[in-house]
This record gives sequence, structure tokens and C-alpha cells, in this order.
Amino acid sequence: MHFHPVTADDKQKMLEDIGVSSFEDLLKGIPASLRNPKINVREAVSELEIQNLMRGLGNINHSAHDYLSFLGAGSYEHFVPTAVSEVIRRNEFYTAYTPYQPEASQGTLQSIYEYQSLITELTGLDVSNASHYDGSTSLAEAVLLSVRHTDRVKVLVSRAVHPHYRQVIETYLKGTPYSMVEFGFGEDHTFDRAQFESLLTPEVAGVVFQTPNFFGVLEDLEGVSEKVHENGSLLIMTANPLSLAALRSPGEWGADVAVGEAQPFGVALQFGGPYVGYFSATRALMRRIPGRLAGLTVDSEGKRAFCLTLQAREQHIRRERAASNICTNQALCALAACVHMTLLGKEGIREVAELNMDRAAYLRGKIGATPGFKVLKDQPIFNEFVVRSDKPFDVLEKKLLNKKIFPGVPLETYYPELKNQFLVCATETKTQEQLDTFVRELSQC
Amino acid sequence: MLISDSSQLSFEKSRPGRRGAALPKQFCDKSQGLEAVPDKFRRRRKLVFPEMTEPEVVRHFVQLSKKNFSIDTHFYPLGSCTMKYNPKINEWAAGLEGFAKVHPLQPESTTQGFLQVCYELEQDLKEITGMKRFTLQPAAGAHGELTGMMLVRAYHEAMGQAKRRKVLVPDSSHGTNPASAALYGYHVVELKSNARGRVELKTLEEHLDDEVACLMLTNPNTLGLFEEDILKITEAVHKKGGLLYYDGANFNALLGIARPGDMGFDVVHLNLHKTFSTPHGGGGPGSGPVGVSERLIPFLPGPLLDKEGSRYLLRDAGPKSIGRVKSFHGNAGMLLRAFVYIRTLGLSGLKKVSEDAILNANYLKEKLKKIFPIAVDEPCMHEFVLSIRNTKAQGIHSGDIGKRLLDFGVHAPTVHFPLVVEEALMIEPTETESKETLDRFVETLEKIAEEIIRNPEMIKLAPHTLPIRRPDEVLAARKPVLSYRDQLRDKVLLAEGVPS
Repeated sequence: MHFHPVTADDKQKMLEDIGVSSFEDLLKGIPASLRNPKINVREAVSELEIQNLMRGLGNINHSAHDYLSFLGAGSYEHFVPTAVSEVIRRNEFYTAYTPYQPEASQGTLQSIYEYQSLITELTGLDVSNASHYDGSTSLAEAVLLSVRHTDRVKVLVSRAVHPHYRQVIETYLKGTPYSMVEFGFGEDHTFDRAQFESLLTPEVAGVVFQTPNFFGVLEDLEGVSEKVHENGSLLIMTANPLSLAALRSPGEWGADVAVGEAQPFGVALQFGGPYVGYFSATRALMRRIPGRLAGLTVDSEGKRAFCLTLQAREQHIRRERAASNICTNQALCALAACVHMTLLGKEGIREVAELNMDRAAYLRGKIGATPGFKVLKDQPIFNEFVVRSDKPFDVLEKKLLNKKIFPGVPLETYYPELKNQFLVCATETKTQEQLDTFVRELSQC
Repeated sequence: MLISDSSQLSFEKSRPGRRGAALPKQFCDKSQGLEAVPDKFRRRRKLVFPEMTEPEVVRHFVQLSKKNFSIDTHFYPLGSCTMKYNPKINEWAAGLEGFAKVHPLQPESTTQGFLQVCYELEQDLKEITGMKRFTLQPAAGAHGELTGMMLVRAYHEAMGQAKRRKVLVPDSSHGTNPASAALYGYHVVELKSNARGRVELKTLEEHLDDEVACLMLTNPNTLGLFEEDILKITEAVHKKGGLLYYDGANFNALLGIARPGDMGFDVVHLNLHKTFSTPHGGGGPGSGPVGVSERLIPFLPGPLLDKEGSRYLLRDAGPKSIGRVKSFHGNAGMLLRAFVYIRTLGLSGLKKVSEDAILNANYLKEKLKKIFPIAVDEPCMHEFVLSIRNTKAQGIHSGDIGKRLLDFGVHAPTVHFPLVVEEALMIEPTETESKETLDRFVETLEKIAEEIIRNPEMIKLAPHTLPIRRPDEVLAARKPVLSYRDQLRDKVLLAEGVPS
């Protein structure tokens, strides 16, 4: 076996040194009835065969590689500079463990610190953790933070928050004393302000908004943080972090916690994971933040050093009294995000955000002018928008798949009332020609 | 100081006007994009972001990488973390465009290759663990534990046993066990281990009442010892109506040797980043599939994988499901790597994994117990724990020995854990290390043992040869500086070259 260096000869010598006559002697503690289970797993194949097998399976899939894709809804196709993958393929990064030994992990720790710095810049909040599993779970943890912090039992969540995220919150709260209440959205696909205000009662721990929301529309949160804070609740926001390079940040809207999916920065689509959740909060909530935090300090010679800090919140110290059960973060994905953001830099990241707005606005205008399709043309958006079709979506999709186009995500799956409406995403990856092709094919459906 | 020793931040290397990426052009009229958005939606606060060229960024991160220990550069005998070799074929396969560029919400007809990989992985995991069905959704071990706790609750509630709010954990358990149970509102009760480091049946039985939801167990446990009474333990818990949770952190010891399903466990989480060779990535991403016994299947989170004829599909979970635990379909890229690993090793290779892991651990234990006291001197499984309690006179702790090992190019073992062992040094060599590496490790610890007598200061002040000496963790916690903005605000620690 080409990963296993112990030879038959080694084994013999080692058993002698251990002082047993056979390997089985080491397993005497295992009840005999459990030993040698019958397992139906295929035998090994050579690396060449694996290469062929995986190439074959990969080729069965279609993807943004061979199709023109307008899919978004929480997972985004972006241009990733080649240097990002070069860095994250460094063995010293991807085959390292969690930085428990800071002296042997300064590379990982400093990169986490830089990642935290970039995230706090984007969100406009004081503190970012080292990352979380993904957007949905970081939002669920934010909700848990709010109930613990306020000692209240209810969370209000906008129905225009990603359906998967709301499902995850529901799962996390099921069986606990806490519950989730949703407030709706209107014809214009923005949250229902009257309903939100009527539900904002004294038992509300936190209120969750997404902007750009699931329908791609920017939510007008003017006056919201005042209302939420007057009520003694926390304002939790989830936002596409790329949008924040050009759009008003959660900090500027008065949020206490900002979470979301940082996959748009350098992380491949890869069928939905691994992605990387970001988690940031105000300084007042610092000690309630789940997960790892990297901090700056000095070593015993006064030299700059980085280490994990405020570990008294964490499970390996506090056990059942920990702020969260989270152990690792998504370090390698956070590193990809960090490298990607660093390469884009101060000007580049804003330009990419604007390119997304440029593409989406262009495409929305063109589709809106196509007979048989309607869009909300005056709503402010980032890189996604809803299209309403006169024809059934599945008919449309089938035709477009034949043209090697993924037209978008059908909304009826998540909102039964939104029949034949679908979510279309256009990022900086699309050329004018590709957008025009899409519109032409749509018009011929 | 070498230029490469610098710990300057990207922010500090930044110079106005530098760029690191070439971007496409806008093609809309300016008035349609950002400018069409009312002012109140626009960002006002200036971004403090680095401005660097591509070569600068690449050098910055490559130099950072060189400050890390990693499996590909160092021996990493980190107990309970299973730092085995991460095969390169796994990375290659995950990088194929046919996988890397698949969107999670594509129509099923276009994702058959990925679904097949996930489906077959589930079948293999079922066989290897003896469990009846898996969810591949959880993103990490701790996330799997949380999912497990949700399954336990859903099951008891369905049985009309909502009063079961207690979770038993041995005092040797991983910190995530009590944390996961408590996060989900369970009352955690610790069981004291016996002198042989195992669960004492009598103690367990004393705690078993009709409020116990489950016992969370790691087997082999964190001392690397197999729970010999396992069948009696599972029987006792089941008899009282409780469930058994298996923490798969130490599953590397049992591939093809014994199965948690056969032991009577109801819920099992696996850490694909330990046993199944997916890389640790400096602290994630992991993947923590959860397997269950027959009676818990209806409660699994969705979507679940299925096959109809030759077609693979994702099925929504049924009405009893706990619900979704993560967006999309789990950490699919990690599932793919684990699939490749299992196909590469095959059944015989998987068996050899555990056999060699156990052999390596016992060999090391036999050699090292001549140098340091051992917590429980019995044949171990894939890991064992030393108890560095004979160095009190010199003021040396197990953590100090870990630090000194760094100077010899060996990553520290897990230190001060499990908590039940005084001055613990927990060692897991894994199956991918050679006898020569183990022998050199023994020689190194012999040298360190001599140093403890001859020159204890050398150890207390270690490491001496790494990019930094011991960091002041007390300062870091007392005055948290967690971002570049904090530095600017506090004007602290800017000595490393602020842009002029």
C-alpha cells in the first residue's frame, strides 16, 4: 500500500519489541463477537484507474465549466485569480492542523488575523471570528447568540432570508425553549415593515434581515436598528460580503451581528461545500462570539506574534459551559477568501462589486424588455433579480438546458405562491455576448 | 533579521495605487449600476484594504506558509487528531472542473456524477461502521455531534419521552461532547472513569434513570483504550431506554476491526478529516457525516441520497426529520476526497490503516514508557497517553515538552488532555509514519528527558528555533487586538513597519 510504510519485516520487529507474538494479541480487549465484521467494500484500484474513474464521473456532470450558468441563490460563480489556488495548495497550509501550537503556526494565525481584518472592514463591525462552517450555520449561531445575550425566547426572521438559512435556524431551535417567527415580504420583494413592527414584541431577542435579500433586492433598513434597539433586541444581518464593498455595510445600518457566506471570495462552487461562513459582531458581544479568534500579541522577546485568544469561550476549555460547540473553523476556505480579497485590493474589490451590479442591471433591463417575461425594474439590486415568466418554468428550463444554459433557480420550490418565477444571477464572469445569448434564447422559448 | 522573517501584515506592505488583479470592463452605461442605486444604499465608510501587486501577494502568503508545521513537512503525533498523510490524488480529483464548478442548485440530471460519488460514499460508510443510513450534511465533527443530539431528542419525543434531558459523558471525553449536548439544551452529567481509564459499569448504572437521553462515548476512548465492557454498556443504556452516541474521532483504530453498529450504537459521527484522510487545512474545512441505526432513520436531516434504477437523486426528508442542518448538500468537496480515499485503499487497505495505526502506537508506547510514566499501561489502540508527572521537581509540564519537540521538527503531541490524566501527553503516530520516524522520535524524547535533568531551562523556554518564541497569551486575552483596525485604533504593536 503506497501510503503505508510498515513492511512485514518492520511488523515482525515491532511486535517483538512490544513483546507479543502476534498482532491479534494487541486486540484482546475487543469482544470476540465484534471482531472481523463482514464488510462489503470494493477492493483497491490503482491510481491510474482512480484518475480515469474520477475524470469519467466528473464528465457526467455538467457545470459552469460547460454550461452558461445564471444560478446564484447563496452560491456564486466568480472570477478567481490563479494565484489564489497556488497559495491554498501550499502543503504548509492545507496539511497543517488547527493552530494550537502558535510557534509552529504563525502562517495560519497571521492569515486568519488578516482575514478577520478584511471581514471587519467589509461588515463595518468591530470583531470577526476565524470563520464558521457556512452562511446558514453562522446565521443559526448568531440567532443563538441573541437569545443568550438578551435572555429572551423569540427571534424574528424576514421571509426574504435564504430559505435554507431559515430552515437551519428552525432546526437549531427545535426542541429548545426558543422559537422563530417570520415576517413577510410584499409585491416589491422587500420586507413587510408593518408586519415586522407589529411582531416586534418584548420577548424578541433578535431580528434577522438579509440584504441583498434572497430575491436579490436591497432592503431599505432606514429606522430599523432604532426600532430593534429600542425594543432591547439585537439586529442580525446577513449579506453577500462582496456587495459590501460598494453597498452600505451592516455596521452602517446599525447591526449588532453580521454573518453570511464568504464563498464569493475564492471558494469553488463544488456542489455547495465546503464554503465559509463569516461571523462578525460589535465589541460589546465579543465574548459571546462562537469559534476561534486570532489575536495579536508579543512573544517572550517582545517580537510581534499571533495566537488564538479569548479561548475561555471555547469547548476545549469550558466544555458544557462553552459559548458554542464549534471546534475547527473553515481555515483553508477562509485563507482562499483572504488571498482573493488581498489580490483584489482596495480598488479591485469595489470594482468587482460594481461589475456585478453592471451585469445584473444590464441583464434585468434586457429580460424586462423581452415579451413573455417581467422583472421589477426599479428595485435596487446587487447581482440577482427575479424574473416572472408567462410560461411554466420547467418547460423553459428544459429548452434552455438543451442550449447548455442554466437559466436560474425556480422560486416555487421555496415559495409556493411564486409560480413561474425564477432567480437569475449575473456576476462579473459574464460577457455582454453571453448575456445577449441568454436573452435571445429566452425570447425563443 | 531576514526579510522573510518579517511579520508585516499585508495592510502594512500596502502602497496606494498598486493592484493585484486584472478585471474585465463594465459595459453598461454608468447610470445603470451602482449609480442607479439611491444614496442611502451605498457604502460611506472607506475600506481599509491592502493594495499590493500579484507578486507581492504571492510572496507574502508563501512566506507565511513557511512559518507553519504541516504533515507534508513534519511528523505530527497529535493525539485524537489523526494527522495522517493526505493523498494528492484526493486533491487532484476535487480540483477537476467537472466537480469544482458544479452549482448546488443545478437540475439533478446534470449532477449525476457528483450524486453517484456521494451515494457510493454513503454505502461504504454504512458498511464500514455497521450503521443503517447516513446523512452527509454535517460540516464537521462538532456539527455532527450537534446533529446527533437533535436526532436523539427527536427520537425520544416521538416515543413520548421528552423528559429525557440528561446526557452522560465520561470525564475523559472530548470537550465538544459536553459542549454539543449543552448547546442543544441538554443537562450534561460526567461519569468518572475507573482506574483503568474506562467507563465503570457500576458508575454508569448508578446514573441510568428515565431522564437519560443518551450516553456519548468515544471508543477507543481518549486514552486510546478500547472499552472492553462495550456490549454490557450499550445493553445497560438500552435497557433503561437511553440511546448510545459514538464519537468517531478515534475511528482510525477500528477500520475493518470492529463496527460501532455491531456494538449497539444508535448514532455515529465520523470525522472524514481524520480517518478518511481529507486535509485539516489549518483548522477546517472538515466533514462530519452521521450514521444511525434503523430506528433513527426517520429523523435524519434532509436531503437524503437515493438511487432509482440507474438514476441518483436527492430526496427531501420525511415529516419526522429534524430538518436541515446546513445549506445545500454538506461539504461535498470533502465527501469526494473521502470517496477517492476509500476507492484507493479498498477493503484490505482500510484494514491495514487500523492495523498499522495500532501497531505504530503500541511500538511507540513500549519504547516511551521507559522514558516517561504512562497513564494506563495496557495494550493500546491507535493512541496512548503519557503522564509527565515525574518532572515536578524541575518545574516541567507536559506542555513544555511539547514546545521543546518543536525545536526538533516534531509537532507537539496533544497536551494537557484528556483532563483525567495529570500532565497528559497524548500521542497518535498514525499508520502513515515509518518505523524510522518513530525511532527518531523516541531518540528525541530520550534527549529531552536528559535535558530535563541537565538543563531544564532549555525546555521551559522552548522553542528556540521557530519564527517566534512563546507568545504572551495573557496579554492577548487581556487586551484583545483582533484586527488591523484595532491596531490603528489602539496604536499598538505597529512597530513592524507602518506605511509611511
